[in-house]
Amino acid sequence: MSRILQTLEKRGSSLASGLGQRKRLSEFTLPRSFESALDSSSLWPLHPTRVEVLQINLGKRCNQTCKHCHVDAGPDRKEVMPRPVVEAVFRFLERTRVPTLDITGGAPELHPDFREMVVRASDLGAHVMHRCNLTAVLLPNYADIPALLARHRVEVVASLPYFQGRETDAQRGDGVFDESIESLRRFNALGYGKGTGLTLNLVTNPVGTYLPPDQGSLETRWKAEMRRRYGIEFDRLFTITNIPISRFLEFLEERGKTHEYLTMLANAYNPAAAAGVMCRNTLSVGWDGRLYDCDFNQMLDLPIDASVPQTIADADLTLLEGREIAVGPHCFGCTAGAGSSCGGAVA
Amino acid sequence: MSSHPSSPHYYHSADLGRFGEIARGNKDLADKFFAWYGAVFAEGALTAREKSLIALAVSHAVQCPYCIDAYSKDALEKGSNIDEMTEAVHVAAAIRGGASLVHGVQMLNHADDLGM
Repeated sequence: MSRILQTLEKRGSSLASGLGQRKRLSEFTLPRSFESALDSSSLWPLHPTRVEVLQINLGKRCNQTCKHCHVDAGPDRKEVMPRPVVEAVFRFLERTRVPTLDITGGAPELHPDFREMVVRASDLGAHVMHRCNLTAVLLPNYADIPALLARHRVEVVASLPYFQGRETDAQRGDGVFDESIESLRRFNALGYGKGTGLTLNLVTNPVGTYLPPDQGSLETRWKAEMRRRYGIEFDRLFTITNIPISRFLEFLEERGKTHEYLTMLANAYNPAAAAGVMCRNTLSVGWDGRLYDCDFNQMLDLPIDASVPQTIADADLTLLEGREIAVGPHCFGCTAGAGSSCGGAVA
Repeated sequence: MSSHPSSPHYYHSADLGRFGEIARGNKDLADKFFAWYGAVFAEGALTAREKSLIALAVSHAVQCPYCIDAYSKDALEKGSNIDEMTEAVHVAAAIRGGASLVHGVQMLNHADDLGM
């Protein structure tokens, strides 16, 4: 795969819009709807347990163009969280003391206020998580960021689909694997993943149209392989299912496999995974300040419950914790098998 | 009745998903088979990933298209990669080839017995 692809947005694809994606997904007949699956587990309608994580999406700019990207991020995207939204995020954090701030993108490091946000969130006492594509921090203007993250004891959650180059580059672009290994070595050199209290977790997702392996046994194998092959240490390995939206949906469409994949996810519905889905303890904030139940709903323009305030500037935690979570067929991606979340398997 | 009554082909990929219908003629035996099958592939002295690679190799040895379909996907879902899966298939091929070739010793025995 070449290093950089054009995004769906740039190509004017019908799947570039959330509405276009939802329309396409609604055209497939599945063994059952997600709502009826939840109902069979006494989880319908789905409500939050408690908001413990505020996940902010700083924008769609990225130096990679992964084939499966649910954000349709890339170098040709211009959306970045504006300053007033950043301030609204911090007013919310100061007001509510939600314990964890999860920073994602795009490549969040590319946001001009990223460093300041890390420092401010850390000063507030929040547990800060940085979703890292590993190569952005190798760029000359961003090479200081790993040390900044270490000083503020930020948890790094780094994407690496496989412990070999062929699979990783097939998904993330030519040369990404070698650069990712270099980046991981730099994080290790700062003490990340070495038992010093600086947490380095890796995220793997299937390089294809199948479910991820068992997280526990895979982590054992990965730790051995990463140590043996590259001398790299890390803390946890999270397995994540590819969600059938955006560029992964385009991949499925090109292969004529959308129905097969959706059916596989629906048939693998696991009630235990459904009970632990991340939308029950996470609130997602779009680059423009709009609130969503998760990063996937955000990319589908699937709005949060209409009965609660719609933006982070107006967010009310009590009302948000009583909301009804919006769902669709893509949600089967989070409940298949052992389940899937930004923290890996859930069941 | 087959769902492909007029098809000229013996194999249909959709039939893999219908494997459970084999219970129609004898549910008790089918239940026993599927329970045993599940137990065989559970994590044990061998990991589930290792068993999946063995299954993939045997699938090629017995040349079962359903099994190759199922265990190619299963091996990936267990975290194996193309390098490992290819080596597993070579193991099957080596045993099949070796099984033919080692019978060459029988051929030599007969030739020696018949010859001068």
